[in-house]
Amino acid sequence: MIVEPGFFSNLPVQTALLVGGVVAVVSGIVGTFTVMRGQSFAGHSLADIGTAGGSAAFLIGISPLFGFVAMNLMAAGVMEWIGIRRPRGRDLATGIVLGAALGLAALLLYLDTTVSSTTGATVNVLFGSIFTLPSSMIPVIVIFSVVAAGIVLAMYRPLILSSVSSDLATARGVHVRLVGIGYLTALALAVSLSAVTIGAILSTALLIGPAATALRVTNRPGRAALIASVIGVVATWLGVLLAYDSYYWFPSGGGWPVSFFVVTLIFLVYLASQLPFRARSKAAVRAGATEAA
Amino acid sequence: MFSGLMLNAWESASIVAVVAGVVGFFIVLRGSAFAAHALPNGAFAGAAGASLIGVDAIIGLAVFSILGAVTIAGLGRRARHDVATALVIVVMLGLGSLFLSMTTEYAPVIFSLLFGEVLGVSSSELVPIAAIGGVCIVAVLLAYRPLMFSSVMPDVAEARGVGRLRMEVVFLLVVALTTTMAVPVVGALLIFSLLISPAAAARSFTDRPLTAMGLSVLIALGTVWAAIALAYLSNLPIGFFVGSIGAGTYAVGRFWAARQRTRPSATAGAIGRRPIGLEVP
Repeated sequence: MIVEPGFFSNLPVQTALLVGGVVAVVSGIVGTFTVMRGQSFAGHSLADIGTAGGSAAFLIGISPLFGFVAMNLMAAGVMEWIGIRRPRGRDLATGIVLGAALGLAALLLYLDTTVSSTTGATVNVLFGSIFTLPSSMIPVIVIFSVVAAGIVLAMYRPLILSSVSSDLATARGVHVRLVGIGYLTALALAVSLSAVTIGAILSTALLIGPAATALRVTNRPGRAALIASVIGVVATWLGVLLAYDSYYWFPSGGGWPVSFFVVTLIFLVYLASQLPFRARSKAAVRAGATEAA
Repeated sequence: MFSGLMLNAWESASIVAVVAGVVGFFIVLRGSAFAAHALPNGAFAGAAGASLIGVDAIIGLAVFSILGAVTIAGLGRRARHDVATALVIVVMLGLGSLFLSMTTEYAPVIFSLLFGEVLGVSSSELVPIAAIGGVCIVAVLLAYRPLMFSSVMPDVAEARGVGRLRMEVVFLLVVALTTTMAVPVVGALLIFSLLISPAAAARSFTDRPLTAMGLSVLIALGTVWAAIALAYLSNLPIGFFVGSIGAGTYAVGRFWAARQRTRPSATAGAIGRRPIGLEVP
């Protein structure tokens, strides 16, 4: 059976499908520019860096989302300040901030475990789970998503220009640094959102995988963002479905994690996009597509 | 502070620091910070897998980090390097989450693999750590000239017959071995700090490659020694001290470099700052 009983009537599943879908769309839009700008490392690091904010929030008893957002905005600011603009120093700037934040996370997670006397906090903050989201968080998540996607759309053309060539953008009168800061803000918001809701693993997977695949298929950023969002949403929903079904696969097993399924799907799609399809003529591809449809 | 188990901690951490200082120099030079983060983090999944099938964690670490290194080099040939690295780390972590969901390992075990357990290193573990560390150092020294050439001027090196892909594979395999050795001691998240911060700080102080490498080793040693002492005295996690001392030394290095640039009486070397190592080949 493809859909095991109770899939659509299950409240955690409904929340997971909704939140996962929203996060996948935002990650697809922001991720397209992350890949174009070569800032995948920053995109991934923010998910880990946010952990420090998440554990601080746990310590003072507020929602981890706000901890993630505050920490990531700060981290993005420091990265920009110490030199993420220069291609050579980009990874180093990210790495220094990541190293410092991980040290802080080690301290705060340790303090979390001494305060609450459980180690659940560590695992929860580090890995997040799409099935344990309270549905009351949905409005907050939607608002942050709209803001992150809104920033990208508001500076859409200068962002494309400065992502393709910062020299060209400067010559055309674009304030490249300002655009860079605006973009990092959107990235920090999008990653906080995805890391806290679906975990750090899926956050990076949804940010980079679909966008990298889409940019193999098309050169146009707008179309790539659209394709990336679609790939992300489909992979997330299929992953949730498979994870739900996997509870029934083994009599004794407790089901397989969503992140495993989503990551595998995204990676397979990416590998497929790497295959040399160009050998076939466009007409043949089109004929094949109509036959399949 | 210097007896029994603590002695193992000092010895193993010192070995890790020396290797991290040497390998880190090339990581900073090549701008491969992302790979230095991805391999230890992904290898963590290998340790989880090893505990699942009941073999030694170090075997899982080795298998995963070497597979990861080869995949990053292979995928990076066709696509953007950072994208390949990002995909490799998420695939390895995805497998890790699968392995963890199948085991009944208690959360502290995960915590210690991520943040290290330098105070829990036993005497029998010292031998493989020292052996793998030695292999890493020898490999870097043997490949020093071509690696330097390929890192600083990849195109010229390629034209002279030093293959870019080959050097990338060699280099990532060294990082993979460093990972295998270091993760059980300092943890997946902190070996990254040790690989990046001392080497980045050292680069701010000098333009000469061998001096920078030596300085990087010294800073790495100083960092772990101070971190162990502070962790022992304060009872706080060692990772916190490694992370903050690392960021601190980098900040000092940047500050020093900025002062050198603005001082009118600066030496000729500081005025015409060349990218490090340009004079080597």
